[in-house]
Amino acid sequence: MFDDVDVVQITVFTVLFVAVSVLGFVAARWRRAEDLEHLDEWGLGGRSFGSWITWFLIGGDLYTAYTFVAVPALVFGAGAIGFFAVPYTIVVYPIVFLVLIRLWSVSHVHGFVTPADFVRARHGSSTLALLVAVTGIVATMPYIALQLVGIEAVLKAMGVTGHVPIIVAFAILAAYTYNSGLRAPALIAFVKDALIYVVIIVAVIVIPYKLGGWDAIFGAAEAKFAASPNPGDGVVLAGPAQLQYATLAFGSALALFLYPHSITGVLASRDRNVIKRNMAALPAYSFILGLLALLGYMAIKAGVVPIGFDAAAGEPGDSNTIVPVLFDQMFPSWFSGVAMAAIGIGALVPAAIMSIAAANLWTRNIYVEYINKDATPKQEAKSSKLASLVVKVGALLAILGLDPQFSIDLQLIGGIIILQTLPAVALGLYTRWFHRWGLIAGWAAGMAFGFWATYQIPKVAFSPEGEPIILKEHFGGSGLPLTEFGLDTTVSIYAGFLALVVNLVVCALATVAFRASKVPDGDDATKTSEYFADQDDPRLRDLPEIVH
Amino acid sequence: MAEHQPEAAKRAERSDHSPWNWLLLLPLIATLYPPLYNRESPDLFGIPFFYWYQLAAIAIGVGSTLVVYRMTRR
Repeated sequence: MFDDVDVVQITVFTVLFVAVSVLGFVAARWRRAEDLEHLDEWGLGGRSFGSWITWFLIGGDLYTAYTFVAVPALVFGAGAIGFFAVPYTIVVYPIVFLVLIRLWSVSHVHGFVTPADFVRARHGSSTLALLVAVTGIVATMPYIALQLVGIEAVLKAMGVTGHVPIIVAFAILAAYTYNSGLRAPALIAFVKDALIYVVIIVAVIVIPYKLGGWDAIFGAAEAKFAASPNPGDGVVLAGPAQLQYATLAFGSALALFLYPHSITGVLASRDRNVIKRNMAALPAYSFILGLLALLGYMAIKAGVVPIGFDAAAGEPGDSNTIVPVLFDQMFPSWFSGVAMAAIGIGALVPAAIMSIAAANLWTRNIYVEYINKDATPKQEAKSSKLASLVVKVGALLAILGLDPQFSIDLQLIGGIIILQTLPAVALGLYTRWFHRWGLIAGWAAGMAFGFWATYQIPKVAFSPEGEPIILKEHFGGSGLPLTEFGLDTTVSIYAGFLALVVNLVVCALATVAFRASKVPDGDDATKTSEYFADQDDPRLRDLPEIVH
Repeated sequence: MAEHQPEAAKRAERSDHSPWNWLLLLPLIATLYPPLYNRESPDLFGIPFFYWYQLAAIAIGVGSTLVVYRMTRR
C-alpha cells in the first residue's frame, strides 16, 4: 500500500486532512441553528451565509479538485484548448448575475430548496419537475465520483496505492456531511481555499524561477507541440478549434449554475446583495484557475512523466497525476505535503455540497412528491441525510467497481444534459411563454441530440506519421465535427451548445403546437413581485395568511 | 391588511431593470471571440498574448460586475 513514500510529505498531508475532518464535525455547532432537523438548516445552512462565507463556499464548490488536476492535464496534453476554463469562468458571472438574484428571491419567498421545486411551482408540472430533478442527480453523480479521481491522483503521486485510503477518506466525509450538513463544507472551504491560494501563488513564482523563466517554459511547450503529430494541439488555438473554444466556454458557463450544487450555494446566501457581490468577487478563483492551467506547461518543461506512463507498452499513463508529480518534483517535502493536501481537501468541499444537492433533489422532488406526501420537516431532513450517504457510496462504487473512465465520460455528458434544463429553469425565471409540455418535448429532444452527438465523437490519437488512430469509438470528447452534418470543414463545435439549440427550437415549436391544440397550461404559483423580493420581505412560510 | 397596501404596491413596482446592466455584455464580447486574442505576440514576461490577455480579461469581468452591482444597489 505504501511504496516509496516520503514520510514528511505524507505526515503533513495526513495532519491537514485530519484537521479539516475534525472541523467538519465541529461545524454542526457553528452558527448554531435551533434545530438541524430541517432541510433549510441541514441542506442550506439556514439560508444565512454572508458575503465571505458564500465566497468561500461557492468558490470551493465550483472550482473542484478534479478541475485542479484535469485542466492542467488538458493543457499538458493539448495546449491552448485547455485554457477554455478561463473564458468559461469569466463569462459565467456576468451571464448569471441577473438570473440568480431572481431565483434567490422567488426561492426565498416560497422556500424552494432545489431548482426542481421552482420548476414545479412555476410551470405547474410535477412531470417536468421530476425530469429536472433526475437530470440534476444524474449530472451530479459522476461529478462526485470524479472528486475521488482527484484524491486518487494525489495519493498516487505520494506513492500510496490501493483502495483503503480512499475508502477511509470518503467514509469520514460521509460521516461529517451527515452530521453537519452544508455547514461542514462551508467551514472546510475556508481551509481548502486558503491552502489552494497559497500553493498556487507559491507555485507560479517558484516553479518558473526554477525552470528558467516563462520563455523557457513556453519554448518547451512549443517544441513539444511542434514535434507532436496532432494537428489540433499548440500554444495557440489551431484555426478550426476557435469555434469549439468559444462555444465550449459559453456552453459550460450556461451549464455551471444549472448544476444543483451551484444552486445550493446560491440559495444558502443571506440576501441578494451577497450574490451580486460574489458575482464580482468569485473571478478571483478564475485567476487562480488560469495560473493552475499554466502548470500544465511547467510540467512539460520540467519533463514530468504521468504515473503509469510506459512508452514501450504504449501506455499513456494517468495524465491527471501531472500536477501532483510536478509539486512532488519541485517543492521540498513539507510544502509538497501542503500542496497535496490542498488538492485532496479540495475534493471534499465539492463532494459534500454535491451530495447534499443531490440528496435534496431526491427528498423534495421524489420522496415528498411521490413517496411520503405529508413528510414533516424532520422527515425531510432525515431523508436527505440518508440520501447523501447513498449518493456517496454510489460514487465510491462507481470509481472502485467500474473503470473511472466511465465517470469521466458521464461527467462530459453531465454538462450537456444539465444544459437541457435551461429553458425550464433559467428561461422559466423570465417567461411563462413556454408550454409545460413544450418544455418537456424540448428537454427530450436536447437529451436525445446530446447523447447522439457524444456517441458520434471518437477519441483520436495520432501516429508519428500523423495518421489518426481511434483510441475509443464513442464518447471521446465534446467537440462535434461539423462534417457530421455534411459540411466540408475541419471546424468542431461544442455538442452541448448544439443540443441546447435543438432543445430551444423544439420547445418553441411544441409550445405553439400545444397552444394551438388547446392543451391546458399549468398553473403558476409565483407572482411577478416575488422575483424581486429581498431578505426583509415576507416568506410564505412565516406568513401563512398571505397564501392565496 | 389596509396599512400594508402602500408597501405592497411599492414592492409590486420593483424591478431589476437598469441601463447599467448592459455593461455585463462587455466581458462576453472580450472573451468569446477568440480571433481577438488567438496569437502569441506581444508576449509579457515570456507569456504569449493568448494567455496574459485572457488573464487580464478577468479584470474586465470583475470591473463590469462590480460597477453594475454598485450602481444597482437598492
